[in-house]
Amino acid sequence: MSDASMDLVSRILGGDRRAVARLMSMAENDVPGVKKILAELHTHTGRAHIIGVTGPPGSGKSTLVDKLTLEYRRMGKTVGIIAVDPTSPFTGGALLGDRIRMNEVALDRGVFIRSMGARGHLGGLAKKTGDLVKIMDAFGKDMILVETVGAGQSEVEIVGTAYSTIIVEVPGLGDDIQAIKAGILEIGDIFVVNKSDLDGADETARELDAMLDMNPNDSGWRPPIIQTSALSGDGVSRVVEALTEHMNHLNETGNLHKLVRARARDELRNIIIDHIRSLVDARHDSEEFETLVDSIVAGELDPYRAAEIYLKTLEG
Amino acid sequence: MAKKIRVLIAKPGLDGHDRGAKVVARALRDAGMEVIYMGLHQTPEHIVEAAIQEDVDVIGLSLLSGAHMTLIPDVMELLRENGAEDMVVLGGGIIPDKDARSLKDMGVSMIFGPGTRTDEIVEYIQKNVRVADE
Repeated sequence: MSDASMDLVSRILGGDRRAVARLMSMAENDVPGVKKILAELHTHTGRAHIIGVTGPPGSGKSTLVDKLTLEYRRMGKTVGIIAVDPTSPFTGGALLGDRIRMNEVALDRGVFIRSMGARGHLGGLAKKTGDLVKIMDAFGKDMILVETVGAGQSEVEIVGTAYSTIIVEVPGLGDDIQAIKAGILEIGDIFVVNKSDLDGADETARELDAMLDMNPNDSGWRPPIIQTSALSGDGVSRVVEALTEHMNHLNETGNLHKLVRARARDELRNIIIDHIRSLVDARHDSEEFETLVDSIVAGELDPYRAAEIYLKTLEG
Repeated sequence: MAKKIRVLIAKPGLDGHDRGAKVVARALRDAGMEVIYMGLHQTPEHIVEAAIQEDVDVIGLSLLSGAHMTLIPDVMELLRENGAEDMVVLGGGIIPDKDARSLKDMGVSMIFGPGTRTDEIVEYIQKNVRVADE
């Protein structure tokens, strides 16, 4: 490992914010050599409580994250926040605006906030987010909050690897079928009905409750439904209590070990897929590849056989 | 994955007009950049802390309040204190030429006044940002 890389590792472990931010960019951009640095940091991870927060746009996720962070800071815990926003599929650009709601904690040295564009990673988003979580963990953050818009498979994947997942709902967004469709019932450990000062909050909570009753769940944990008003802070301390209870439950039942193993499994799988993808990408305009394409176009070969032939060359 | 240019857009101080900042933020997004939008009423401390945590390449400050000769120098000073003077700082809004010259002497890269086209800003950023120093 180069001196510059070692230097970055020791600066991160020593609490240097610029080094942390720089490594996060390197991980996002997948620059050569970043894997070695992450590998070095890996031994310094595993202590943080990773919490996923997801829900529809405008449901108050960022505000809730801000208030949860305040609570944790009062308890003396340090917090890392990773806020993922969508990237435009047309331009590749992104407007990352979650910090606007996090001003209250933005100057606290015990808090580190990082915004992340989902970019065009085909299935790679979970890996990138995982890298950022790892860096926050090595940096020594006690609680790591990962916030994503709960709209697609990759978001579900990201929060699915958190130890505790909070689903944020708001009154009036549609009937119970919407929640079933989105597949969120299966991944939520805690359900929050935010903006509970609005009409229909009780009804939304009741509907969620009824659906959770129907949802088979063998973990022994019945997800609580908590009404909050994140803006005023009402109910937020109950969310913190529920998170603590959930972590205790995971510890007592041995489910934490299962989760840790599932995370390790996902991570290994993602790293392997990422590696294979970069191998394919690096050679996608190679001569062998183009020759196979020509054969398919000429009708001499079908694409399935061509793929088999090509994969053999990759193995070599 | 290619490196993406990351830009922080903020309005320091107490003015309440963020239309221009939003137009610029959107134009930069449409040019394929990642824009961290902080919005109104930011202190120099908030701006520099966010710029560091987000590891941005560019900081865009928009001021219409007349406080630019106080707030922008504060940002520059804090960047120096934090070893982040390599970030490109751009100013926008109502800033007289004389002030613009002094700000440039303090390390501000460019001031974009009223009537600037968004593609000029995009082009300036694309030309002046470190591409790969990692």
